[in-house]
Formats: sequence, structure tokens, C-alpha cells
Amino acid sequence: MIRLEGVERVYRVGGEAVRALAGIDLEIGTGEYVSLMGPSGSGKSTLLHILGLLDRPTAGRYLLDGLDVTGLDENAQARLRREAIGFVFQFFHLVPRLTAQANVELPMLLAGVPPAERRRRAAEALAAVGLADRARHRPDQLSGGQRQRVAIARATVMRPRLILADEPTGNLDHAAGAEVIALLERLHREHGSTLVLVTHDPELGARATRRLRMRDGQILPEEGDGRA
Amino acid sequence: MSPPAVLAFALRSLAAVPLRTALTLLAVGIGAGAVLTLSALGEGARRYVTREFAALGTNLLVVLPGRSETAGVTPGLFLGETPRDLTLDDALALARSPHVRRVAPIVVGSARVSHGARAREATVLASTPGLVAIRRWRIARGRNLPEGDPRRGRSACLLGARLARELFGAEPALGRWVRVGDRRLRVVGVLAAQGFGLGIQTDDMVIVPVATGMALFRTESLFRIMVEARSREAVPLAREAVRAILRERHGGEEDVTVVTQDAVLGAFDRILRALTYALAGLAGISLGVAGILVMNVMLIGVAARRAEIGLLKALGAPPGLIGRLFLAEAALLGAAGGLAGLGVGWLAVLLVGRIYPAFPIAAPGWAAAAAFGVALAGATLFGLLPARRAARLDPVAALADRG
Repeated sequence: MIRLEGVERVYRVGGEAVRALAGIDLEIGTGEYVSLMGPSGSGKSTLLHILGLLDRPTAGRYLLDGLDVTGLDENAQARLRREAIGFVFQFFHLVPRLTAQANVELPMLLAGVPPAERRRRAAEALAAVGLADRARHRPDQLSGGQRQRVAIARATVMRPRLILADEPTGNLDHAAGAEVIALLERLHREHGSTLVLVTHDPELGARATRRLRMRDGQILPEEGDGRA
Repeated sequence: MSPPAVLAFALRSLAAVPLRTALTLLAVGIGAGAVLTLSALGEGARRYVTREFAALGTNLLVVLPGRSETAGVTPGLFLGETPRDLTLDDALALARSPHVRRVAPIVVGSARVSHGARAREATVLASTPGLVAIRRWRIARGRNLPEGDPRRGRSACLLGARLARELFGAEPALGRWVRVGDRRLRVVGVLAAQGFGLGIQTDDMVIVPVATGMALFRTESLFRIMVEARSREAVPLAREAVRAILRERHGGEEDVTVVTQDAVLGAFDRILRALTYALAGLAGISLGVAGILVMNVMLIGVAARRAEIGLLKALGAPPGLIGRLFLAEAALLGAAGGLAGLGVGWLAVLLVGRIYPAFPIAAPGWAAAAAFGVALAGATLFGLLPARRAARLDPVAALADRG
């Protein structure tokens, strides 16, 4: 489903060129569970942003389901993000003034889904992450783990083909983190979506069916398949 | 996203920062309210003047000696001619025109008016009974000057209300004798107190028969002639008739100026209308200031909500939609502030109307529309820059802020 060909991303910082991604060739199949690990500054977040169409490569091509999305205009990319991609962030990024229910409705609101259907699907998504009784709570009335579960409900409510999670447990304690990962894995299995997980934690990374390691903007040779 | 959904989203964003929103609404409201109130004051002044002039009679013409159009160096000056004076016979000739209802020849001067030991300097208006009728003055006690041949002097006079009180105190003035200059005249009537009004102040005046006044001031010429046309429609005909009659009487020379009440009224109307627009424009400056405040508040909002904007982009909101969401907030601020301003302005107009019932203050429809329209358009316009900034925000950088 994902195919990267010679993808580079160069930033200009103070007149100096920094190569965040130095020629990435990568294929990820539909329904794969991929972890992306590496030290800070290795380029894993940049790669995730490019996969999520939040950033554009300086060079190379990105094909999503066979479609070259590198040169698409902003509106077409926004449409793909709306329909095909779900994000889970380290800092949750819930809108503080909105209830859990309204936060989950947000992607459908942007997509123009009618209000009644929006409410029904958001309630279902909240129930699927075990937070049906927290629908009317605002983010500041929820624990960190609950917030991240709301964010997962929001990321999956549009049934995207690709879920991108950027350090989703980075801001949670061990128990809450384990719950969140279990939830992501369950929804990935149930929906058959592709899951890409960026993490620092080797233990979490090892859970993925395919483990990618990055250093200096490059993907290191893979160690083969199989669970650890 | 449908327009109602965009508005609902914007409304919720504004409700999340109640103090900031309330202060902005206050600023926009003051601006819109000022536009409404000040233009209502200007409109009130215009109506007041119009009404006062209408009370003087709209079919009035005033004949002045000399041509105002050729004031300064006239050809007559080089030919050794001077404009002829208006005479009493001129006035009587005008009265015979079928388009003229009545005329009032006027001589003005100042004289000492006394009764017993009390004396004061007063304006003396010498005319015919027609004057009181033409100017719609009311006589409180007694009657008007006697009718009859205006060429004959008579020993009668009308006193202004205050002059009568100052000369006679609490005693009745009617039928008593006063000395005006070197004449002894009987008080046949006292004018009603006029209070504040446009036009000639009668309260301190004495009105005497025209021939008496001419003898008093030793003059043969009139200060001016007031002419009342048969009807408002007859004013242009009367004006032509007056010109023709006087041209004939003055040896074919056009040496008078005829001013119609309508022309004066029209001039005042134009001046006061311009004044009203100027006031509205001045008040509009405060709306401009409010617009800048809207922009500032919106910029603060965009800066404070970077993470949210980044999230909306990640969720698939195209730049145009993000811009519309923020523009909708600015427009809502403008619309709500404008409505609040109309409410406050309307209350202010009501209050002024209560305190000064004589002043016909009224908010003109165009002012309400302009106040609301400018508030809405201004806020939206000043919202463009913040909206564009939000739309162009880089999502990766925006999401780096902790939500």
C-alpha cells in the first residue's frame, strides 16, 4: 500500500542543510503492523509526517495505493488525510473546549457527515475504546490514558486504511501505555488497517510484525520477520 | 463542512474565551452605537431646522434690494447707476398680483421704548398687519395692528412678550401708552412668548405700523418685503410676478433679489445632511479602531490555537476551510457587536428623546444599516489576515506545540 522511492527531506537551518531523510526506499503492504525505532534525530518522525502527508519530500516519490501523492495539491492531500489516514499523537491533541464525543466527531464534521450519523458513529467509536460513559467529559476531566483512547477513537472513526501513531505511549505510565497499545493492535486487527508505530521503547517496538530501525535519515537493513 | 457547521464551530470557539469575546463585542458595539447615535443627532438637527422653517411658512418669498448674484462690481456701478430702493408703493403693487396672498413691507430700526420711568432700547419692526399673519406669530392678548391704508401712520403698536413684562411688570399693558423714540403709541396687542426658535426673535421687539416706522427712522426705503404666495405651488409664479412687477416699476432694471423659503430650506437641508454624514463618518473611525481590535484578538486566537489548527490539518481540513473557520469568528464578532451597538444606540436615542422632547432625534434607516454593515464588513475584513495566517500554518510545526 505504501511505496517510497528515494525519498529525501532536507531542512535549511541557519543557512545549513540538514538531511533528515537521506534516500528512503520502502514498501509496506496492506494490513502490516510496522514499528519504526531509532534514536532522536534519526528521522523517524519526519518519515511519519511524510507518510501522513503533513510534510512533502524534497526529492523522491511517494505512492499511496499506487497513486503518486507527492505532487498532489493541498486540497487533494487534505482529502486523503481525511479519508485514508488516522493520526495518534504523543500529546493526544484533543481540542480542550470540546467534549470527548465532539472530539471524536471532529473528523466527520470536517468531512461533512450529517449530524445524526456523526453522533451515532462517534458513540460507537467511544464504546469500542471503552469510554462510552465518558462521552460528555472534556479532556481536562479525563486521565492521560483515557485521553489517548479518545484520540484513538477519533483516529479510527473514519475507518482509515493507514493509522500513524507517533510515540502514543510516550506521555503515559506503563499500565496506561500497555492498554493503549493493546487497543491500537486490536483495532488494527479488527479493521484490517495498516499500522505504523513510531516509538523509543524497544519492548513496544518488538511487538510489531515488522520492525524498522532508523539512523541518520536512513533505514537500517531489516532483521527478518517473526515475533520476538 | 456546511456553512451552518462552520458558524457553529466558530461560535463554540468564541464561547471558549468569554472575556476576550465580550471585550471585542464591547468595542465593536460602541463603534456601531456611536454611528447610530451621532447620525440620529444629526438627523434630529436636520428635522428640527426643517420643521422650524416649515412653521415659518413654506410659500414665503423675501424681496431684498440689490442683486446678490452680481454683488461686488456690477455693470451698473460703472454706468453710475445704483440699485433703486424698495418703496412702500412697490410693496403695495406686489399685493395686487393674483399669485400673492399678502405682503408685509418691513423697516427695521432700533429705538428707545419707555413707559413711565421704565425704558429700554428695543428693535423696532415697522410693517403691516400682514407681517404677523405671514410669520405665523401668535398674539397673546389684544389684537393685530389696525388694517387700513399702510401709507398713513397710526399710533398703535404690538409688544413682544418680554418687553411688555419689563415695561409693565405685572400690570396689563393692553390699552396703555408707550413712547417709542419720539412717538407715543398705544399698545393694541402683546405677542405670545416665543421662547427658543429659529428666525426672528419677537420677545424683545416692538412692532409698529410701517408708515409710523418710516417717519420714526426718517426713511422712504424698505429693508425688505415679505411676500406670501397663494399656495406652495404658486411660489414660482409669484416669484416671476414679483420680478416682473418690480422690473417694470424700476425702469426695466432687475435690481432686486427674491429669495424663496424653499431655497433657504433646501440649503439648510443640504448642509445638515452633510453634517449628519460627517458625524457618522467620525463615529465610523471608532468602528475602524474596533476592527483593528478584532484583528488583534483573532491573531492572539490563532497563536493560542496553533496545536488545534495543526490537528485540524492532520484530520484533513483543507487550508480554505481553516481560513473560513477563523473568518466566521471575525464575522460573528462583527455581526453580534453590530447588533449590540444598534441596541445601545437605539436606547441612547430613546433616552435623548425622553430628556429633550422638543428635539426630534431619530435614527435614520440608512444609519442603522450602515452601522451594522460597516461593523460586519469591517470585522470580516480585519479577520482576513489572521484567517490567512491560520490557513497557511505548517501542520508539522503547529503540532510540535503540546496540545
